Amino acid sequence: MVVALDEQLPSAIVDASIAVDGLILHIAPKYVEPVCRYLKQQAGFERISAITGVDWWPREPRFEVVYFLHSLRLNTRVRLSVRVREGDPLESICHLWRGANWYEREVFDLFGVEFRNHPNLERILMPSDWEGHPLRKDYPIHGHKYSYQEE
Amino acid sequence: MEGKTHVESLDARHELQVADVSGMPAPAAPDGTTRRMTLNMGPQHPSTHGVLRVVVELDGETIQSARPEIGYLHTGIEKQFEVKKYQQGVPLTDRVDYLANLNNNLCYSLAVERLLQLEIPPKAQWMRVMLCELSRIASHLIWLGTHALDIGAMSVYFYCFREREEILKIFEMFSGQRMMTSYIRIGGLALEPPRGWHKVVSKVVERLAQGIDEYHNLLTSNPIWVNRTKGVGSLPVDLMLELGITGPMIRAAGVKMDSRKDCPHTSYEKFDFEIPIRTANDVFARFEVRMEEMRQSVRIVRQALDGMPSGPWQADAPHVLLPDRERMKTQMESLIYHFKIVTEGFRVPEGSVYQVVESPRGELAYYVVSDGTAQPYRVFMRTPSFGNLQSLGTMLEGVLIADSIAVMGSMDFVLGDVDR
Repeated sequence: MVVALDEQLPSAIVDASIAVDGLILHIAPKYVEPVCRYLKQQAGFERISAITGVDWWPREPRFEVVYFLHSLRLNTRVRLSVRVREGDPLESICHLWRGANWYEREVFDLFGVEFRNHPNLERILMPSDWEGHPLRKDYPIHGHKYSYQEE
Repeated sequence: MEGKTHVESLDARHELQVADVSGMPAPAAPDGTTRRMTLNMGPQHPSTHGVLRVVVELDGETIQSARPEIGYLHTGIEKQFEVKKYQQGVPLTDRVDYLANLNNNLCYSLAVERLLQLEIPPKAQWMRVMLCELSRIASHLIWLGTHALDIGAMSVYFYCFREREEILKIFEMFSGQRMMTSYIRIGGLALEPPRGWHKVVSKVVERLAQGIDEYHNLLTSNPIWVNRTKGVGSLPVDLMLELGITGPMIRAAGVKMDSRKDCPHTSYEKFDFEIPIRTANDVFARFEVRMEEMRQSVRIVRQALDGMPSGPWQADAPHVLLPDRERMKTQMESLIYHFKIVTEGFRVPEGSVYQVVESPRGELAYYVVSDGTAQPYRVFMRTPSFGNLQSLGTMLEGVLIADSIAVMGSMDFVLGDVDR
């Protein structure tokens, strides 16, 4: 499957590795949507399990957005790993899997990675007027201040 | 209420939240003849099963659009993992899905054990399976009790909690804690299984087997229950798959998806059980699937009781697991190990793993990233309730308000799972 994908979309796959639990494909950021479309429509990955982010600060590119895809038919899972720099947006895949909606919102809320063409990209877990992105490594563990009462 | 979304709230921020968001249609129809009402099923509500806010727009009693808002229970558990050592993270996992503690413990422990490449002895694995299935039964009992209570069958709530009490007594016997047990830890179990556990568990299981049938009959022979739950809350199956719905909801739609069979872990492959499937895809089908799951869990627990292997209940890994206390007090080597593990923690090799288990609510997965130190670099919890709750807006379109409660109950989400 990896070979077929490579033929279809050359230069999309930056690297491929085998982790403890399966295949990880490292994808270049601008190819996220085509790769996901291929995997959904041709390779039979009907489900997206989750999308999350990892902050590798101070390593660059800073954020790693990980997509977990699952195929029921083939009973396999594959992980897509995309490294983005701070401020670089990614293409949203909500039009492929509607279940990606809240996961992308969560990555935006907690890491600050923007997703283009997302139906309603706004904070989901934090209050809507929160400043800062909590899961970043330079965000303090206790938050910015101890008392959040309105002064 | 003409055309303006009005939310009763003392907090100005909440009004801003509702009025600000795009994607909600304007309340009044263009010809002005029908008016819609915006109703806020606010975070405090007995039937939203936690602090969930659903802003619904009603046309009469039919919901035109529903928008769930979450984040009221967000406590930053994922961030807290990054400042704790691996073994210290186990109690955090209890609190994520506080109704299925052991399943979360299991998922995290399995993930870290895979990174550590630890070999868990069969006795520990079978005990884990038995306790996870008991936890599944306990969680389904709460679901049944609260779901029935929301629809109006109050006595079922009391019966279910009475049954669950016996299971909580079992957990207390094993770990000292009724709910937040942290009994399944990295490397095996937390403590040695207590003397006499076999008799207690078999007695409880016999009572449970009878009880499940009683409650099933109690509800299915009630025409009100059947009328309120049949034909309610369907979505096309491929839309459900796309939306990321997992667990009993997707099994009630005919899709045979269960991580215990699809990617077996912890010796689940040695147990003989079935995955209940229904095709009706409504609230009643989900009810039947969960009742049948309880029966299958009882079957698994009986097999575990009959065939429990003997042997060690922890892995043989002195650099990971704390030594026995007596040995720690008498032998120098054990003391050194104890000291190093408690103060520095054990280092996990670099890598990442996405471990999937079947929680009572659906597909639960932990994504653990390690950078080689004694603290996790990133732990992401793919919780089933978060994935299922996304579909609430779609599922509630065109549904009556009274049915929306039935639908929300059948979704069996837990806000700790959703918000973490």
